[in-house]
Order: sequence, then C-alpha cells, then structure tokens
Amino acid sequence: MSVTSQQVRHIAKLARIGMSDAEIEAMVPEINNILGWVEQLGEVDTDGIEPLATVVDQKMRLRDDVVDAGNIRDEVLANAPEAQHGFFAVPKVIE
Amino acid sequence: MTELTSKTIAELRDGFRSGEFMAREIAEAFNAAVSAAKSLNAYTVETPDDALAAADAADKARGSGELGSLAGIPLGIKDLFATRGVDTTAGSRILAGFRPSYESTVTANLRKAGAGMLGKLNMDEFAMGSSNETSAYGPVISPWRRKGSNVALTPGGSSGGSAAAVAADIAPGVTGTDTGGSIRQPAAFTGICGIKPTYGRCSRWGVVAFASSLDQAGPMAKSVRDCAILLEAMAGFDPKDSTSLDLPMPRWEAGLSSDLRGKRVGIPREYRIDGVPAEINALWDRGIEWLRDAGAEPVEISLPHTKYALPTYYIIAPAEASSNLARYDGVRYGIRVDGSDGLNGMYSATRAEGFGAEVKRRIMIGTYVLSAGFYDAYFTKAQKVRALIKQDFRKAFEQCDVILTPTAPSAAFGIGETTDPLAMYLNDVFAVPASLAGLPAMSVPGGLDAQGLPLGLHLIGNELDEQTVLNAGLAIEERAGFTARPEKWW
Repeated sequence: MSVTSQQVRHIAKLARIGMSDAEIEAMVPEINNILGWVEQLGEVDTDGIEPLATVVDQKMRLRDDVVDAGNIRDEVLANAPEAQHGFFAVPKVIE
Repeated sequence: MTELTSKTIAELRDGFRSGEFMAREIAEAFNAAVSAAKSLNAYTVETPDDALAAADAADKARGSGELGSLAGIPLGIKDLFATRGVDTTAGSRILAGFRPSYESTVTANLRKAGAGMLGKLNMDEFAMGSSNETSAYGPVISPWRRKGSNVALTPGGSSGGSAAAVAADIAPGVTGTDTGGSIRQPAAFTGICGIKPTYGRCSRWGVVAFASSLDQAGPMAKSVRDCAILLEAMAGFDPKDSTSLDLPMPRWEAGLSSDLRGKRVGIPREYRIDGVPAEINALWDRGIEWLRDAGAEPVEISLPHTKYALPTYYIIAPAEASSNLARYDGVRYGIRVDGSDGLNGMYSATRAEGFGAEVKRRIMIGTYVLSAGFYDAYFTKAQKVRALIKQDFRKAFEQCDVILTPTAPSAAFGIGETTDPLAMYLNDVFAVPASLAGLPAMSVPGGLDAQGLPLGLHLIGNELDEQTVLNAGLAIEERAGFTARPEKWW
C-alpha cells in the first residue's frame, strides 16, 4: 500500500498538524518508504494469534471510589497558555 | 586521590559514609564540572542549588542512622521526567516553559533515597531518535572522539544527554528511559552501563509518555553495581500507574554475583546479521568466552521473528505516540500559536510549530495506521507479530537463563551523518525485540573499536529476572577490564 499527497493531507488534518503543500509533498515519499518497509510483516503467518496489547500479564486494579485528589485548580491552570476566570481559555468555538 | 567526579556511585556513597569527604564537596565538584561542560550541550537546565540542598541534608543526617541509599549522591535527570517547579520539556519546543506542579514517581523515589538533582538532561524530542539530533535544544555532543579526529559524534539517543553526562563525569549516575533502545544504545556509544528493567518495574507516572506499552525508565551509570543501586531506588509499585507491578522488590545490589555456574547463556543465531562490522561480532564472541569463563554454559538459541521486530515496533510505537501526543494542543500547557481558523486552526498551527520533523513523521505514521480501513492491516497485525516475538523469548528462556548479543550494530556515528529515517531506525535492531517483549535488558561496555570508540554488549533476561542480567553484566565488566575514558577536550 502507498499513500498519495491527498491522503497525506487528510492524515495531517486528522493529526491536526498544519502543513504547507511543499511539506505534504516532501512527506509522501518518506511515509511510503516506511510503509513499504513495514509491509514485510505480511509474510508472517498470524492466523489464530491473539494480538498482544500488554506485555506483562497483570489484572486491572480497581481503587476505592473515593475522592483522593482535587482542589488544585490553580495548579492545573498554572501552565495554561491562557486561563480566564478559573478555566482554560480557547478561541471562540460557537458563534 | 582520584577526583570526586570520576568516582562511581558506590565509591561516593562509601566515602561519604566513612567521612572521607562531605556530601557538599561531592555536589560542589559536580556542579562545577556541569557548568564547565556546556559545549557538550548535555544539560537543558542546571539546578546546582537542588544538588547542594540535598547534600547539606545528607551531611546533617550523617551518623543519624537514617541515611537513604543515595544520601549525598547528586544525579542528572532526563528531561522526560516531571520535576516540580523545574522546566520539563521532553526536548520539545511544544512544551517550552512547562513547569510541572508535581514530581514523577521515579524522581520522587530517588529524592526519598536522598539524591539531589544536578539538572535536566537533553534528549531526542519526546524520546524519538537514536542520535539526539531531534532535540529542540540541538544535539548533545559525545565526549568521545575518533582517534586523531575532532569530528563531533553523537552520544546516541534518545537518552543522549544522560549518556554523555555519565561518560564526561558531569553526573555520577542518571535516569534514562527506554522505549526501543533509548537507554542501551547510548550507553553502548559512550562506554557506560545502562539497564531497562522489566516493563512495569518503574512507574511511568509523571514520565512524559511516548509509547505507553513500551516506555520504561531505568538507570545509566559507570558500573553494573551503580545501576543496581539506582534501579533499587527508582523501581517499586505505584498505584498511580495502572501497569505498575505490585511485586516484592528484589535487593539487586546485595544479590550481585559474577559466579554464573549453572547458568546457560543463549546466543541467538538470528542476531548475526549482514552489514554489522566484524569488530562487533568479534566482541560478541569475546563476550561469550567471558561468560563461559564465569561458569556459564553458552547455548545456541533461535528467536525466529527477530527480523520482524523493527517493523512491528515502527507501527506500534508511532500509533501509541500519535494518541499520546494528541494532548499537546495549545490549551493546557506549552506553547500556543493562534491560527487563522478558530480552535482547529489554533491546534494545527500550534502543533505545526511545536513539533519537530521526526515527531511529525511518527505522528503521521501513527495516525495513518490507526485510521479507518488500515487499523487491522497495520496495527492489529503488528500486535499479533508482537505476540509471536514474545512467544519466541518465552520458548528461548526454556533453554537458557540470559541472552547475550551486541547492543548496537555500529559504534557512535557523526552528527549529521545519518539522514535517512530508516537507516536511523536500524540502530535499534538488537534492542527493540526485548522492548516489544517487556524484558529486562542491559548494555555493558565491552571494548573499543579500531577508531577508539566504545562498543557495548547486550544482555536480555527473562521477565522479572533483572538479577541474572546484572550478574552476567558484572561478569563481563570484571573480565572486559574496560577502563578507557574520553580524553577531555570540552
């Protein structure tokens, strides 16, 4: 499989990375090289193999359903590029 | 007396405890060395006051019987670990100015053991790289040079600042992180030791995430013993990390023994690959003899899916990265760049300006392999091959107790010499399989190549068996007699 510049533009949009036409064009062969290389996995017979998502067998732990952190609003906002009235501020979303 | 900065952590600890020198003298010596080594570009932030404060606390506590295991020892911290009130940027422009209000579990554990912090260490952006060249701060320069040359070499990556700091005596020990070789390859390039423990030993809480199913923290230091001392302090169960292992903590330093009688060392035939310099294979053969001399029995093993490890890694790691790095959106931390098109425009402009080329490339690959229509063909397929790689190791460890291979397929290369992303990825050909299988693995220096550059040997252990990895490392260390140091030019 290989990607076209139109597909790369779509991926950039999904990934929310602004790219100029020149950057898109430069990325097409780079991505295709990498995709061409990973395609060798097609040679491996994986019929009946369960996909591995976690390497060390362990059970998911549940903690008690109680508040154990909080009241740190100012700390949470301290690194925000823009905070207003105790909230993160973002460009206008709804007209 | 040797200079304080050239001593191992064990020597510093013992000298401090016996009263031979004060913790403050140690901290001052390293602070001075750090500030005199700026041309290496190893540190992104220097925190001399932090090191001095911990040293003074250690001096005050000496004799009280309540000394932590790292009392009096100042450390360098990779910039991937959140450190309270100190810039934590993961080598990325997008996190410029980020000062966490919290401390990562690993660094909190080190502080609890009495360690101070010398500063934050430069690294490849978001730990994506093998040469430190993707850092927003510019590359770290290795203290090592080829014989008769002053060409600037890479210390490896992504923990390149960490590796250079230990090799240049500007930190006695450091934290690193390893997603697909980022502790072991730089350790090999700079002639030091580094261990990645079993996945889940070190908490990932407060460590900037790259690929969460692979990321593991670990120590890098001058000796195997120092690695054991540091790992003991760093590791341990943490309820704040859902994949943290809730198991008793071995006492690795006390368990150190280079007597390998009764142990079998697996030599995987698939790791003899084309294009690897003869010197590296010759060192591998010497390593086999050293372990035999220590009492171990070498056995040939097969890890049949080895050649598929790198392509598997380069689907899984970018996929997880594209998801993890979605959080850098210009809203909660780091930089914001206002775009032309409201909220979406701000996201795109911020990420365009904040991320470097390699990080963008991996986010793009990851986004693609997770996108509708391609998910099964790439991501699920890679997870299945990962299961087979894990199975290879499971079978191998029925025949052996530890596996010996070279750490990297070359010695350190020059800054700017490797420009093709795929060629760069091949640096981790020997390191990545253990990462995919979550196994403990270590690099120890084995010797120098003809150009005078360090080469490393790589030990892979069974799940939770860091002890055998460390012990085999110790056996190599004792026999390799690696005492070479970079000549000081900085």
